[in-house]
Amino acid sequence: MSAVQETVTEAPAVEAVPKRAMTLGAGSSLVMLALLILVPLFVKNFIIFQLTMLLIYGLAVLALNILTGGSGQFSLGQSAFYAVGAYTSAILIEHVGMNYALTLPIAGVVCFGFGFLFGQPALRLSGVYLALATFALATAMPQLLKLGVFETWTGGVQGLVVTKPDAPFGLPMSQDMWLYYFTLVITVAIYIFSVNLLKSRSGRAFMAIRDNEIAASAMGIDVALYKTLAFGVSAGITGVAGGLGAIAVQFVAPDGYTITLAISLFLGMVVGGVGWLPGSIVGSAFIIFVPNIAEGISKGLSGAVFGVLLFLIIFLVPHGARQIAMIAQQLLGKLKKS
Amino acid sequence: MELFTNQILAGISTGAIYACMALAVVMIYQAIEHLNFAQGEMAMFSTFISWQLMQWGVPYWAAFVLTLGISFAGGIAIERLLFKPLAKAPILTNVAGFIALYAILNSFAGLIWDFTIKQYPTPFGSSPFLGSQLISTHQAGMIGVTVLLLVLLYLFFQFTRVGLAMRAAASVPESARLVGINTSWMIALGWGMAAAIGSIAGMMIAPVVFLEPNMMLGVLIYGFAAAVLGGLTSPFGAVIGGFLVGIFENLAGTYIPGVGNELKLPIALALIITVLVVKPAGLFGRPIVKRV
Repeated sequence: MSAVQETVTEAPAVEAVPKRAMTLGAGSSLVMLALLILVPLFVKNFIIFQLTMLLIYGLAVLALNILTGGSGQFSLGQSAFYAVGAYTSAILIEHVGMNYALTLPIAGVVCFGFGFLFGQPALRLSGVYLALATFALATAMPQLLKLGVFETWTGGVQGLVVTKPDAPFGLPMSQDMWLYYFTLVITVAIYIFSVNLLKSRSGRAFMAIRDNEIAASAMGIDVALYKTLAFGVSAGITGVAGGLGAIAVQFVAPDGYTITLAISLFLGMVVGGVGWLPGSIVGSAFIIFVPNIAEGISKGLSGAVFGVLLFLIIFLVPHGARQIAMIAQQLLGKLKKS
Repeated sequence: MELFTNQILAGISTGAIYACMALAVVMIYQAIEHLNFAQGEMAMFSTFISWQLMQWGVPYWAAFVLTLGISFAGGIAIERLLFKPLAKAPILTNVAGFIALYAILNSFAGLIWDFTIKQYPTPFGSSPFLGSQLISTHQAGMIGVTVLLLVLLYLFFQFTRVGLAMRAAASVPESARLVGINTSWMIALGWGMAAAIGSIAGMMIAPVVFLEPNMMLGVLIYGFAAAVLGGLTSPFGAVIGGFLVGIFENLAGTYIPGVGNELKLPIALALIITVLVVKPAGLFGRPIVKRV
C-alpha cells in the first residue's frame, strides 16, 4: 500500500470554545465565592471534609481543562501527576519534616517538570496516540510507586500516613475547617491564575494550536514549546491538587491512584463542559457525590452509573454544564422580558 | 540455553494473546480510526459469559462457540447503538464514549459476578507438552488456537467477497460506497469480529491470569503496545507485534536485573512511548502524510 495523503481539513480533536465563554461573569463569580466561604460555617466536619475534596478535585479537573479545553491535547493520565504530587508532599512532610504549606509549591514544581518531560515525547503524538500514551502512564503508575527500590521513601504497598495540620496562630477552628479555608485560598488563587493564563499571549497560543496546529505554526507560534508548556502547567496544578489531597485524606497509597481516578477526572471535565473553567467545580461535585450515592445502592455500581451518565451527556448535552448554564441564562432572559 | 529457549517459548504463548488483542484493536482502528479503550473489558465480559455458560453445564467447546456468537452480536449491537451516532463527533467525544463503555462493562461484570478471583478451566490440560519440559499443553494450545484464527482471518480477508468489501471500506470509504458497498455495515461487522477475536483472547488467557473484572487491563496495555509496534494500520503487523512484545516481556523479566512481574506495566509503557517516538507508524504501518 502506498502512503496515504490526508488533508488537514478534518475536524479538530476538540470543539473550539470561544475565549469569552470560558469564564463566569463577575457577579456570579462573587456569589459562588461567597457561598464557598459561608457554607462551611454551618455544616458538620465530615461535610467540610467533602467540600475540601470538592475543591481539590475541582483543581485537578481545572488542570485537565486547561490542557484539553485550552490546548486541545488529551490526557487519560492525570492520576499519575496527581499521585506524584501527593507522594511529593507526603514524603516531604513525613521524612523531611517540612511544613505542609511549603510542600505544595514543591509538589507543583516537581509535577511541572514531570509533565514537561512527559510532554516531550507526547509532543509528537496527537489525538488517539496521546490518549494511548497517557492511558498507559496511568495504568503503570501504581506499579512504579510500589517498587521495592523506593520503598524506604514511599512505604511500598502500605503507603504513608500523613499528619493533619492544626490551625495556626491559635485560631479557634477545627482541623477540617482550617484545611478547607487553606484549600479555598489556594484554589481561588489558581483559578485566577488560570483565567489570566488563558487570556494571556500563551493562552491565545494554546487556543490557536487547539483550533489549527498548522495555521498556528504559520503564525509564528512555537508549537512544540506551547504544547509541552500546557502539559507542564496542567501537571503542575494537578500536582498541587495531589499534595492537598494527601494532606486532606492523611494517607497516600499506590492503589489510591489507579486508572479509575484518571477516568473520574476525565469524566469531571466532560460533565463540567470542556473548556469552561467554572464547570470544573460542577464536574468535581459530580465525581465526588455520584459514586457515594451509587455505592449506597450497590457495591461496584458507581462505574456503571458513571458510564451511563457519560453516554447520556455526550448524546444529549455535549457541552456539559456549560450548555445547561447557557440554557438557564436564556430562560432567565425570556422571563425578564415577559 | 535451556532457560533462553524456555523464555522464548513462554513469550510466544503469551504473545499469541497479545496478538489477538492487538488484532482486535487494529480491526476497530481500521474501521473508525479510534482506539478502543474498552477492548479489554469487552473481552473480559465475554469470558465471564462463557464461564457462566459452563456453570450452567454447557461443555467447554460448546460454550466457546456460543460465546463467540454472543460476542459477535454484542460487538455489532454496541457499534449500532452507541458509536454509529458518534461517527462525525470530535475525537474527544469518541474517547469519552470508549471510557464510558470501559466503566460500564467493568462495573457490570463486578455487579453480576462479583470481584472475587475465579478459576477458569482449560481445554488442553496443563501437563508438559509432548513430554518436553519447555511449555505446557495449555500454552501450546494458546499458540495453536491463535495460529488457526490468523489463518482463518487471512483466508476470509483474501478470498471472500465480504472480506474484500471490508478491506475496501477501510482503505477508501468514498470509493467503496460508490461501487455499492454498505460501508456503515462493514464497520459494524468489523466491531463484531473484533469483539469475537477479543473473546478468544480472554478465554485463552483466563486460565493463566484467573477470571476477575480487572484481568484484562494488563493484557490490553500489552495489546496496545503490540498494535503500536506493528503499526496501527496493519493487521499483519499487529500479530507480529504481539509475538515480539510477548517475547520481549519474558526476556526482559528474565535477563534485566530488577525487572520482575512488578514492572510488567511500566515496561509496556516504556515500549509504547519508545515506539511512538522513534517510529510512530510502527514496523509495518503506512506513514500518514499531511497535506495543507
